Amino acid sequence: MAKLKEKAYRWIFTVLAFSSLIFLVGIIIVLFKEGLPVFKEVKPADFIFGKAWYPTFDPPEFGILPLILASFWVTVGAMFVCVPLGVGSALYLNELAGHRQRAVLKPLVEILASIPSVVYGFFGMMMIAPFLQNLLHLPTGLCAFTASLTLGIMATPTVCSIAEDALSYVPKSFREASFAVGANRWQTLVNVVIPAAGSGISTAIILGMSRAIGETMTVLMVAGGAAVIPHSFFEPVRPMTSAIAAEMGEAPMGSAHYHSLFAIALVLFLITFVFNIVAELISRRFRIKLGLGG
Amino acid sequence: MKKHKVTQNIGFALLFLCMAVTLFFLGAIIYFITIRGIKVISWEFLTQVPRNGMTEGGVAPAILGTFYLTMGAILVSLPLGLACAIYLCEYSPKSALVNLIRMSINNLAGVPSVVFGLFGFAVFVKYMKFGVSILSGSLTLGILALPVIISASQEALTAVPQSLREASLALGASKWQTIKKIVLPTALPGILTGVILSIGRVAGETAPILFTAATFYTRHYPDSVFSEVMALPYHIYALMTEGTHPDKQAAIAYGCGLILLVLVLLISTIAIVIRQKQRVIHG
Repeated sequence: MAKLKEKAYRWIFTVLAFSSLIFLVGIIIVLFKEGLPVFKEVKPADFIFGKAWYPTFDPPEFGILPLILASFWVTVGAMFVCVPLGVGSALYLNELAGHRQRAVLKPLVEILASIPSVVYGFFGMMMIAPFLQNLLHLPTGLCAFTASLTLGIMATPTVCSIAEDALSYVPKSFREASFAVGANRWQTLVNVVIPAAGSGISTAIILGMSRAIGETMTVLMVAGGAAVIPHSFFEPVRPMTSAIAAEMGEAPMGSAHYHSLFAIALVLFLITFVFNIVAELISRRFRIKLGLGG
Repeated sequence: MKKHKVTQNIGFALLFLCMAVTLFFLGAIIYFITIRGIKVISWEFLTQVPRNGMTEGGVAPAILGTFYLTMGAILVSLPLGLACAIYLCEYSPKSALVNLIRMSINNLAGVPSVVFGLFGFAVFVKYMKFGVSILSGSLTLGILALPVIISASQEALTAVPQSLREASLALGASKWQTIKKIVLPTALPGILTGVILSIGRVAGETAPILFTAATFYTRHYPDSVFSEVMALPYHIYALMTEGTHPDKQAAIAYGCGLILLVLVLLISTIAIVIRQKQRVIHG
């Protein structure tokens, strides 16, 4: 009897353990099932590389290149903000901050990472956009540049937190060896510590990128929303996530427009999926390199 | 030699600058939302329903809606996440299957939140016919919170010393008895941290509830799990993009922003402080 109970518990846990896998597979199935019907209307190549996104026109045009490029621009722009700030802050925390300063700042950064994206979007809309509009005399403050800046600030704590973890795994002996041959602290940092933590820092950057490209509320509120191929950072753009969020409510269920939004989500999912796999492979190599186990 | 010293000083100054700029931006967000939000916060704002097409009155239904959605999400993700963590830490043999589970947890954590929203819409709202409701929203948010709960629980379970398990087994306790009586009580604070962290995460999520649970304006409090609800994060977005009185609405949005910010920062501060203490105890 007792043995049976033990077996039953083992089975229950085994089955429930598969929930994440089931949900992940479920997401993939739903995206394919609801997204693929759009290809009855438009060829896959025209969907991805089409330059016009007019889903509500007659006849509609479903080219998502403007949306993909917008996501790409905004993400790259955000990287210019969050990589130097995030990695720089991580190096500061790891190398320069005293023990007590670090004990305060490190948790503080983690707490700040939990500020909801809608709050960043709101702040970007109310403060950053009007400020940049006045400063640079733009026709509108809601543009790719503002979105990049807001998104970059938002991703900074995440990048900082993960990069700092990677730096703290670098064994003390590495530094001591470098000091012993006469290098100063800066030389040690640049030539020894950063290369040793390199793949960990890359993981942080890739995860930051993945977060930025999948971020919805911030870009929905500050990117401006124009679905045209961007020519400059100071034009309004419509990234993939904001197209989905903004248009889902108005697309008639079962229409080509409806299916096209799922197809965009599928493209987005595949992009973040690749990012996450790459990040995981790099971080596994990093752990093995520093002898932390695979 | 002197040149090296100069390079070092410049480099260190740059690093300090990075930290300062980061803290400045984050401080600015908190500062502006606090000073502008505090003006509209009153007892009435926290306890009344909205009036006059969202330009007056309070945001009580949104606060309550966020509470329901968050609790619902935890009810979904805690049992599943804890069971998954117990399997991975206590039962699992090292196999390809276990690697597959780990990989899917990592990937689920990286799925964009708007994709969860679409998934929830297709599965819960459409296929299962739950409609736009607390139930659909909670299930969607629950799946989103699953990876957070799993990794926090795993960390807590791994921190339980092996000797405790061995002592229990040596006394003749079975595997399940050991887990129930020894491992879980010891890991409880760590598991709680995970729960609190995911509450903070879920409470601020907007994209997943856009099409599964949220509504801009209702004068009624929800009466069942099949009601649609107002929610704080969605309310901020809606106030900024819909309606006809941008100025009055922006003031209310600052109020909602402040409530949400205080809520989320408080929750994650509690979680991170508990975790910090735990890590000190366990080394």
